[in-house]
Amino acid sequence: MPVLAIASIVAALALSLVWAAGLLGGRTTTRTFLGDSLDHFEPGYRRAHGKGICFAGVFRSSKAAATLSTARVFAQDQVPAIGRFSIGTADPHAADTSTTTVSMALLLSADDQSQWRMKLNNAPYFPTRDAEGFLAQRRAFEPDPATGQPDPARVAAFFEKYPEARKAVEYKATAPGPSSFAQAQYNVINAFILLAADGKRQPVRWFMRPHAPFHGVSAQDRARLGHDFLFDEIKQRVAQAPVYWDLVLQLAQAGDPVDDPSQPWPSERQQVVAGTLEVTGVRDQAEGGCRDINFDPTLVPPGIALSNDPVLAARAGIYSHSYNARLREIAFGKATDAIGKKDDQ
Amino acid sequence: MQDAPTPRRHTPRHFNLAARLLHWVMAIAILAMLFIGVTMMSSLALRPVLIDLHQPLGVAILCLALVRLANRLCRPVPALPASIPRWQAAAAHLSHGLLYLLMLGLPLLGWAVRSAGNWPVILMGDWRLPALVPENPVLYAWLRLAHGTLAWLLFAIILGHLGAALMHAWVLRDGVFSSMARGNSTAPTQPESGSRPTS
Repeated sequence: MPVLAIASIVAALALSLVWAAGLLGGRTTTRTFLGDSLDHFEPGYRRAHGKGICFAGVFRSSKAAATLSTARVFAQDQVPAIGRFSIGTADPHAADTSTTTVSMALLLSADDQSQWRMKLNNAPYFPTRDAEGFLAQRRAFEPDPATGQPDPARVAAFFEKYPEARKAVEYKATAPGPSSFAQAQYNVINAFILLAADGKRQPVRWFMRPHAPFHGVSAQDRARLGHDFLFDEIKQRVAQAPVYWDLVLQLAQAGDPVDDPSQPWPSERQQVVAGTLEVTGVRDQAEGGCRDINFDPTLVPPGIALSNDPVLAARAGIYSHSYNARLREIAFGKATDAIGKKDDQ
Repeated sequence: MQDAPTPRRHTPRHFNLAARLLHWVMAIAILAMLFIGVTMMSSLALRPVLIDLHQPLGVAILCLALVRLANRLCRPVPALPASIPRWQAAAAHLSHGLLYLLMLGLPLLGWAVRSAGNWPVILMGDWRLPALVPENPVLYAWLRLAHGTLAWLLFAIILGHLGAALMHAWVLRDGVFSSMARGNSTAPTQPESGSRPTS
């Protein structure tokens, strides 16, 4: 029956594309990470780290990394920087006390038109070796409706599958939260590869080391802090003087785990200060110029390459969905608060 | 045989070699592109690799589509057999027109999406294309929506095209499929192996 064969061929092709798009089969895709937040969220806001503030500044290269990578940012004297500080809670109106996670997002635009986008966290490493582990952790720690507490059996099962996550969970439970965005060290977490002019490939992680000394806030003290204490503080601080971070490259040695973001490299690994970021101004995220930027960490300039870190690849797709959803809401006129318009109530 | 020109010279029974080559190369490229496109939006692991492939492949399809359009407009093409009902011929012409429009339009839209979102369009290494439109979030959102929606429309038309082509090849056997699958026989007297006239 040729007609039946033709119908089968056409149907098989159709189903394969639908499957590849993740619309069939229920497997984990980048959409899974966003859940129903893609369709149900305050319009125009980022689906993760929704509360943030834009900053502007300049990156001054020390030239020390120019021998390690041909990226123009390491050779150019001054590179304009635009970025965003945010807190780890998804809700764009969350209290600053709701989390101890703070982030810096950054876009460096060099004069060769290359862009370097990054999203850094004060967490020193990713809890799990892969992105699926992030979902597993979220599900395992979901409060049981009956007790209001995570189910110990599910938590234990999670740690059995992802034993590396113990150190991150313990760290998060004990590490003091920052009292200022300016005092936090922001870590790239995923590894990248520096490409030198002579063809050498150097695996690297980097972090932004603050010039301001760190003053942690204990959990008890945090409870007394204001709803927007981090945001109020950074506005006041930057109004008085610029704030600085050194961009520090940590160079892996042979045998260091390059593709596992849950494994930090030994602290004695060689460090190179590639330059200094000066933050000169902050502005509300609705009009500060960072609102419409997707700080996709996989957009790196020539001279830097991606590692095979699975979490890095997953982040790119997840960020893309969040970005498309919120820009669509802005374009369709659904966003009000997110773009600085008063809600009509 | 050159000394015996026939009226068929102007309405050949087969598409010329360039058209057939472009058709089959682009068929593979466009199907690959559709799978790359949806997979880079769903896959946890493959997005960086696929997006590096999506951009140069899109530009290649755009260039091939331009050559193909020129060839289509400048060279004679086979006529559909008289046995084909009028509505089917109309559907064929409409879908072919849409296929050309989308082959050209989708790469241009993709290029514009990247430009409006302030993303570089990277062909290879640091070989970049200039921005096609200014950076603008509202423009980005509309272009991105159009790019995604029209890609599914293209896929739907391709499915129809494939189904119709296979009907011509396996059921109707009226020479429509072979007009794109095989070349003209060099000697008009020599019968075409495997081709069966409408009976």
